[in-house]
Amino acid sequence: MDFNENFILGCSAIGAGLAVIAGIGPGIGQGIAAGHAAAAVGRNPGAQSQIRTMMLLGQAVAETTGLYGLLIAFLLLFLKPLLP
Amino acid sequence: MEHGILLSGGGDVDFMIHGVFQYSFFGHTVWITTTHVCVFIVMLILIVFAFAAKRCMAKASETPGSFQNVVELIVEKLDGMVDVSMEASAPKYYNYIGTVFIFILVSNISGLFGLRPPTADYGVTLPLALITFLLIRINKWKYQKPLTIWEDYCSPLPKWLPIWVPINVISNLAVPVSLSLRLFANVLSGTAMMALVYGLLGWFATLWPAALHVYFDLFSGAIQTYVFCMLTMTYVANEIGDGTRR
Repeated sequence: MDFNENFILGCSAIGAGLAVIAGIGPGIGQGIAAGHAAAAVGRNPGAQSQIRTMMLLGQAVAETTGLYGLLIAFLLLFLKPLLP
Repeated sequence: MEHGILLSGGGDVDFMIHGVFQYSFFGHTVWITTTHVCVFIVMLILIVFAFAAKRCMAKASETPGSFQNVVELIVEKLDGMVDVSMEASAPKYYNYIGTVFIFILVSNISGLFGLRPPTADYGVTLPLALITFLLIRINKWKYQKPLTIWEDYCSPLPKWLPIWVPINVISNLAVPVSLSLRLFANVLSGTAMMALVYGLLGWFATLWPAALHVYFDLFSGAIQTYVFCMLTMTYVANEIGDGTRR
């Protein structure tokens, strides 16, 4: 069975949209990290700078999974690997 | 299929790597791309800065002038960062981590100056991550006994039951992949976002994208630089352990 190019491009766009749903996970994770960092600063205001560094580090690492989804979306939209 | 790029007026949206010119290398066609050009510009900036810093430090005075102050501040901060996470073995890694930090930082920020950031090319970030991978492997064999390494590979199970070895090997191989993809995808997403803003909004995108530049280029770039160096140091320090050779 062969489909025409517009159909494949449309499906690629839908796939790209589905791929960036991966952003939900890191969003929740970063929110949890920020919340706990705020709680930690509340308990121990002296360690604020260390806590900030650690929070940013953890968030940047947690962001990776979301970025994988974004990468897939970019591949589908701009490199169009599914076109024959 | 030009309209495939985006719904409307996608002709201006452009953040891809372009070939500048091609040449033949042992029968293969090889392209010099915008990434090469931008890497060379970044390298030129760094080399000029390095020579200026060297000339300045050659006639360093007890009461530092402004430029000497800046150079000393950079070196002190970078060395302090390595000290915190590597402790005893830090002096051996001052040079490498400092170099990588400055290179990645300037590469990420170069989006501000109209370049296409070199780190938005997987061919730049993968070698950086592979160097980290080599450092991890070399230090593992340098500082740990073969029996400990084998136990590590069978890790959750006892050492006479090597069922988990393939999974541990894969998790080791995933380190450079995730390191390089993290840096690459972050910088690429910033570049793509700025290209979309400038390409699709036209005249409307005046002045206020500066705020986006601050976030995508400066903040995100600096954080990712820090994360890359921090993870490299953590992985290597993990392998070194307490620093006793086997």
